[in-house]
Amino acid sequence: MGIWIEEDAKILVQGITGKQGTFHATKSAEFGANVVGGVTPGKGGQTADLGVIQVPVWNTMTEAISETDADASVIYVPPRFASAAIIEAADAFKSVKGTGVIVCITEGIPTLDMVKATAHVRGIEGVRLIGPNCPGIITPSETGGAKIGIMPGSIHAKGRIGVVSKSGTLTYEAVAQTMSIDEGQSTCVGIGGDPVNGTGFIDCLSAFEADEQTVAVVMIGEIGGTAEEEAAAWVAENMSKPVVGFVAGMTAPPGKRMGHAGAIISGGKGTASEKVAAMEAAGIRCANDPSEIGAVLLKSLQDAGLR
Amino acid sequence: MNIHEYQGKGLFRDAGLPVVAGVHCTTVEQALSAYDDLASKIVAVKSQIHAGGRGKGVLYDPETGAEVMQGGVKIAFNRDEVETYATNLLGNKLVTKQTGEAGKIVNNLYIESGCAIAHEYYLAILVDREEKMPLIMASTEGGMDIEEVAESTPEAIHKIHIDINVGVTDAQAVDLASALGLDGSASDSFVTMIQGLFSLFVEKDCAMVEINPLVRTEGNEMVLLDAKVSFDENALFRHPDIVELRDLSEEEGTEIRAKEAGLSYVKLDGNIGCLVNGAGLAMATMDVIKLYGGEPANFLDVGGGADEQQVETAFSIIMEDPNVKGILVNIFGGIMRCDIIARGVIAATEALGLEDPLVVRLVGTNFEKGRTILAASGLNIHTVETLAEGAEKIVSLIGGGQ
Repeated sequence: MGIWIEEDAKILVQGITGKQGTFHATKSAEFGANVVGGVTPGKGGQTADLGVIQVPVWNTMTEAISETDADASVIYVPPRFASAAIIEAADAFKSVKGTGVIVCITEGIPTLDMVKATAHVRGIEGVRLIGPNCPGIITPSETGGAKIGIMPGSIHAKGRIGVVSKSGTLTYEAVAQTMSIDEGQSTCVGIGGDPVNGTGFIDCLSAFEADEQTVAVVMIGEIGGTAEEEAAAWVAENMSKPVVGFVAGMTAPPGKRMGHAGAIISGGKGTASEKVAAMEAAGIRCANDPSEIGAVLLKSLQDAGLR
Repeated sequence: MNIHEYQGKGLFRDAGLPVVAGVHCTTVEQALSAYDDLASKIVAVKSQIHAGGRGKGVLYDPETGAEVMQGGVKIAFNRDEVETYATNLLGNKLVTKQTGEAGKIVNNLYIESGCAIAHEYYLAILVDREEKMPLIMASTEGGMDIEEVAESTPEAIHKIHIDINVGVTDAQAVDLASALGLDGSASDSFVTMIQGLFSLFVEKDCAMVEINPLVRTEGNEMVLLDAKVSFDENALFRHPDIVELRDLSEEEGTEIRAKEAGLSYVKLDGNIGCLVNGAGLAMATMDVIKLYGGEPANFLDVGGGADEQQVETAFSIIMEDPNVKGILVNIFGGIMRCDIIARGVIAATEALGLEDPLVVRLVGTNFEKGRTILAASGLNIHTVETLAEGAEKIVSLIGGGQ
């Protein structure tokens, strides 16, 4: 169980022969993820050496999915080619099997490219895009699990807490906090720090609400946009499971981009205090400090009779 | 990336969009000769800085701090006034609502022909993150602060979402013109203008185009009297012409150098330097420092795969800030290995002769190795287990908050 990605999901790697693609595909394979092959245009027929396994390389996603019946694809191609890779994957999943999860790790994709790519994917039912500019998604198992992305596998363990976050390393921090109170994770999703992305907070929260393995959710937001406020309103109406949160950027000055392209307070909107206020009002307990997420989560689990 | 108004108007002019004649100047002599060339009795003398609120700003002498003039955009009715205003603007410090107290030195002017204004409107194009579509916002309340309009009379702001693959349809453009109360030739002029401006927005990968005011002239033509244009940094690789418009004097020097080194740095006003991997964690680190009574001196994200050299560059950038009294390093090693960070920290402290207190928190991949390396170095480095401990420690080491 877990959301969208089963523990043994069959994974393709777009850009598998590039430096990033080879490195991270190897890490995933070492962790026990079921990497079944990759795609690099012009390198079809080659074999990619991932240390623990050797996997085939195809020229196109359509060939790769037809041959492997893959469930998911992870994209490590450079920013200028990434939106085309997303669109190719979406079309291939649609035509070959009708479903698929596309995880785009690439950072620095032009915003208007993502406007076009998300519009394309939105029109295809059954295909989901996670990212871009994100650590990826992981569903841990007893022996490893489906690690689709760049997160350090070793900090995770299978469990019952769902994690969703805009930030990379802050997701790891949240995972470490669940472990500090002896809780593992069902699925952890990094939705990414770009202004325009695929899957959002509400998609994740709604899937965690429906997932039998998940009993509570940790949600990590950051300044910029109004996604946290909208998620909070959704939680108040629809969520029965406890949600705890943290929002980064209380001290960020307006008008300055804080690393992530989307992390900017503009026109007085998108401040951390507004987000925390909206989340608290929706019954989401928020930590002031990421080191407190574990304690806040424990309290919520106890109040819900889960500990 | 931001550009100046005069550069934005140049792009508009090249795209066939309606702007009035104007000349970019950097000296009083050029301003006077521009006035003679424009042959318009009335001209606007506009300071060019990368910040809004110029009209209501105040000019100060950068040496003495004495007030020189009210208003960074002046209407001149004769040659003498052009000379006075150009003299008062150039080389002086303009403080507006958006510049903060530090203000910005005015190095560039734009002398623009006058225009007979019947009404002022507000117009902006940007990307709506939640809808994942471009959004056009327009209002009949031009010249005003749009945030104030949004607050007091939100119904006065008209919004339409645009399908990026289609562009602004005739029907959308006509509806918007009508919502703004435009008809006849003004409506026709608006429709052509908005379709052209949207094409420019997409073609040049703009982040935002804001026109405040857009005006209807007494001749019932629409004119773009303002141009606040910014571009998506991620798309600059395909726009070498836009990169050439960059005015580095308007940007923080250290931030530019950090970017060249693959680091993301933003200077702040506090005294505790921070070095972190990941944007979210870097923001959280600043927040927790503040929570423990300190003030962060910067945001600094070394990214996911920094090497020893980048860590050293990051330290040198942090230490350039004379306000820094101590440094907190917070690394959650995923891809990045903590032993490499530890070596970088030691190399940097030795090379740069760091004497300020240094607190280091390393977690994740190879953290034991990293901590052992730091402990064995014999340097005065405090290692901690959690972010909270780290923040508390650095705040106490520098003698509490400011």
